[in-house]
Amino acid sequence: MLSIALATEHIQREVNGNTIVRDVSFDVTQGELLAIVGPSGCGKSSLLRMLNRLDEPTSGRVLLKGEDTCAIAPCELRRRVGMVMQRAYLFPGTVAANIRYGPLQRGTNLDDAAVEQLLAQVELAGFASRAVDKLSGGEAQRVSLARTLANDPEVVLMDEPTSALDETLARQVEELIAGLVRARGLTCLFVTHNRAQARRIASRVLLMERGSLAAIGAPQEILNAPLLDT
Amino acid sequence: MLLYWIHDRILLGVSQALFAASLALAVALFARTRGVALAGDAAIALGRGISQIILVGLILAVLLKGPWWTGPILLFAMIAAAAKTSSRRAKGFPGALRISLYAIAAGAGSTIFLMALAGVIDHSAASLVPIGSMLIANAMNANALALDRFRAELQSHSGEIESALSLGAAPAVTVAPYLRGALRASLIPPVDNLRSLGIVWIPGIMAGMILSGASPLYASIYQFVVLAMILASSGLTCIVGTHLMQRRAFSPAEQLVPELSAVES
Repeated sequence: MLSIALATEHIQREVNGNTIVRDVSFDVTQGELLAIVGPSGCGKSSLLRMLNRLDEPTSGRVLLKGEDTCAIAPCELRRRVGMVMQRAYLFPGTVAANIRYGPLQRGTNLDDAAVEQLLAQVELAGFASRAVDKLSGGEAQRVSLARTLANDPEVVLMDEPTSALDETLARQVEELIAGLVRARGLTCLFVTHNRAQARRIASRVLLMERGSLAAIGAPQEILNAPLLDT
Repeated sequence: MLLYWIHDRILLGVSQALFAASLALAVALFARTRGVALAGDAAIALGRGISQIILVGLILAVLLKGPWWTGPILLFAMIAAAAKTSSRRAKGFPGALRISLYAIAAGAGSTIFLMALAGVIDHSAASLVPIGSMLIANAMNANALALDRFRAELQSHSGEIESALSLGAAPAVTVAPYLRGALRASLIPPVDNLRSLGIVWIPGIMAGMILSGASPLYASIYQFVVLAMILASSGLTCIVGTHLMQRRAFSPAEQLVPELSAVES
């Protein structure tokens, strides 16, 4: 039987009296790639940000392997539940310094071989000593992915990681992510507004509408529904 | 010319004020020819300025002849007013007034206390208040610069900060580069004042001491003492202010507060 990597129980978030995520409950099994789709402003990113406690749910619980995330120290939780954002947000310096950033926070200094191995996984072998301001958008997003993987997370949250890239680059990064998730057996929640992308990469799809979970199921079942407005 | 014709000090002062204000108004009227409507604001500011400073002068004339404790009371009032003014720079940031009050009290207050204890500042209210006010005013400006810069840095780098948090970094680590930048920027004026001392400008306190008959050598050394105290009090104010601001920038669960975080979507 597949184990549950991450689950939410009736989570809700209110900001200034507005409910932006309403009573959402779902679970993600180990090694699954769950795409979260829905129109702009429907609460996809807000939902994702509650899973590693970048934002706090107003009510409800998030469970990581059965443990309430509120019982885990935020630093430790965010190491275990990594996040790749819409933009790369690399820190000034070299690619290697960015890759080492996460492990350094808990006193581990990755050696050159480990850095090179992570870069090879994102198809950037030989980029370690490059300055981050010399990277293209696609390369920067790959470094951001490798930087997250350097923490060896149990779950990876991806908030529209390809939306700031042009179509060709977006497809390349998307294929890379899907390949890595399969190869490493990662559990991944992938926010996207792109139905075609969700269909290509997801093992399951969660549809959000106006802050609520509208449907969850197999990609063909959710994405082919006639009234879907994404 | 005025000194030649007028011998009464009060009348001389009023005449000098009228001359200086006329020049300022003339400049404001000239600015109008360049399309800058400054005359109205300048006239109000000049009127307000002269009224305030005369009122303060009259109050000081009474208080400075009073017992020793009038000095600390005046300085506390000045610290509160400075905190209020300074906190406007960080308007909208949670607890800006309290942060400014604690920072200026810690920076300027402790410098004044230590220097008075060591005998660098004379204990009398006549000495403590003017020198203390200089430290407080400079701490206020430095605090305003530091808070304004730090808040702007946090807002414009919220993505980088949340990325670092997402990698398991502690809040203090994520904002360290922006805190350093804000501290450096806020201390540029007092450091530059010390650097250019005597070369670019002869500050008021030195000029005043020489005019009132003090030894020019002692006046110049004491001017350096005052500027060094300003640097110390401004530096400490900014360190305390940005530290408190950093703590208020995050929730107990190490989340960037909504005022600084990325827009909800």
